[in-house]
Amino acid sequence: MKTHKWLVPTLYIVFLMLPIYWLLNMSFKTTNEILGTFSLWPLDFTLDNYRKIFTDPTWYNGYLNSIAYVVMNTVISVSVALPAAYAFSRYRFLGDKHLFFWLLTNRMAPPAVFALPFFQLYSAIGLFDTHIAVALAHCLFNIPLAVWILEGFMSAVPKELDETAYLDGYSFWRFFRKIFIPTIAAGIGVAAFFCFMYSWVELLLAKTLTSVAAKPIAATMTRTASTAGYELGLLAAAGTLTLVPGAFVIYFVRNYIAKGFALGRV
Amino acid sequence: MNKTTNQKAWWFVFPVVVLVAFNALIPLMTVVNYSVQETFGDNVFFWEGVKWFEQVLNSDRFHASFLRQLAFTGMILVIEVPLGIGVALSMPRKGPWVSVCLVLMALPLLIPWNVVGAMWNIFALPDTGLLGRGINALGIDYNFTQQPVSAWLTTVLMDVWHWTSLVVLLAYAGLCSIPDAYYQAAKIDGAGAWSVFWRIQLPKMKRVLTIAILLRFMDSFMIYTEPFVLTGGGPGNTTTFLSIDLVKIALGQFDLGPAAAMSLIYFLVVLLVCWVFYTLMMRHEEK
Repeated sequence: MKTHKWLVPTLYIVFLMLPIYWLLNMSFKTTNEILGTFSLWPLDFTLDNYRKIFTDPTWYNGYLNSIAYVVMNTVISVSVALPAAYAFSRYRFLGDKHLFFWLLTNRMAPPAVFALPFFQLYSAIGLFDTHIAVALAHCLFNIPLAVWILEGFMSAVPKELDETAYLDGYSFWRFFRKIFIPTIAAGIGVAAFFCFMYSWVELLLAKTLTSVAAKPIAATMTRTASTAGYELGLLAAAGTLTLVPGAFVIYFVRNYIAKGFALGRV
Repeated sequence: MNKTTNQKAWWFVFPVVVLVAFNALIPLMTVVNYSVQETFGDNVFFWEGVKWFEQVLNSDRFHASFLRQLAFTGMILVIEVPLGIGVALSMPRKGPWVSVCLVLMALPLLIPWNVVGAMWNIFALPDTGLLGRGINALGIDYNFTQQPVSAWLTTVLMDVWHWTSLVVLLAYAGLCSIPDAYYQAAKIDGAGAWSVFWRIQLPKMKRVLTIAILLRFMDSFMIYTEPFVLTGGGPGNTTTFLSIDLVKIALGQFDLGPAAAMSLIYFLVVLLVCWVFYTLMMRHEEK
């Protein structure tokens, strides 16, 4: 039994890679080849689909828009979650447990419930179709998540660290910046990773809150699929490119993922 | 950890409360507002009381999509949790392959949800997709755009593909936190692989598995984008889950009253289940 143990993860990874391979395969084919023949690899290898995406502003702006609001959201979520998570992990205050659960309930709200009211709210305050609107809307589920993860990491740091620093004459903010933040750097990395991930993959709210100027790449793809006929090759190339930022981010945090899941109670 | 009581800690939490409240309370109140009123356009509203709630709770359409949702969530939990544990158990604990496994397995989690739908659409199409072509080549008639059973199978398989890795990562993190001493003790006692699993590994993974089940329950109960892109809720209404139905009513037919009432019922169900889970989890943690 022991010698065949590698078989299970290998088969599982093969299963995970098959649809991704097929997407790659399609992205290098011409539309004629996709519709006309069936082959396991591109017979008439072409980069036209990618060329179209990198030269057409409606396509590449979609990527830039997505990255813009995802980065904004990650920065906002992590920076406001830091002091809050510190408060939850170090102090007891009026209504703290209820507040914590209330924050978590927002992670549980189906986005479909909020789509229409969100549209009306952000139209009313004049932020409709801006990057910041999507970034703020994604705070609804990313801030609770960031607080939850950071609180887990901070609670693992003994309180004696804070007390020693105060005895050494550190002021609170100096301690927080110079000692505490470096200590939980891994936690901040994990929190940022999850904020990035959930903001990057979410589409319903991002699509509802934008029309032209801040349209995310995922919405551009949906439009192509429905209006411009069924350009499978182009769609596949665009889909392949959406994998790149994710793969990049995972590679950098690979050692923290498992740890973050365990400590951060994600 | 023993915490000190300090009411000033509210200032630390204040920005979070403001941002989340802005995003949560205002839209939630809008939904509550719609759920008790009737409108014929032009922003003129009439008080309707609980009429919409009664209508939704008694409608066959809501019952049907609720049952479909329960069946879907039940199915993916039954498949993903044991599969995830199995993969995590057989993964290497040390060495260069750990990183390779983690990176490759985490990849599906970072794909935008509509791309997941589009990718599975391309993968499963009966004439051009590898999966569709493969199944048909085996002599089984398969076409997920027309047959309800195929559509269900494809949707479930897609979710297993998309989210099992989350269970794997969590279970793996739980396994890694078990000290070697436990295994050595088990070896001395002559315990077999099966009893090591039941007596040591499973109890140690209990907490992370609770989180995994909770997350999978929440997210699969809210699933919208992937099946919407893959099947569009069809054929017919066979894969119309709660969120898809809700968006159809709210944005498709613009029936704001019933949609709002349905939203609230929907949200309350998710909240109730999560509250029970959360309480159980916290009670377990205090022990």
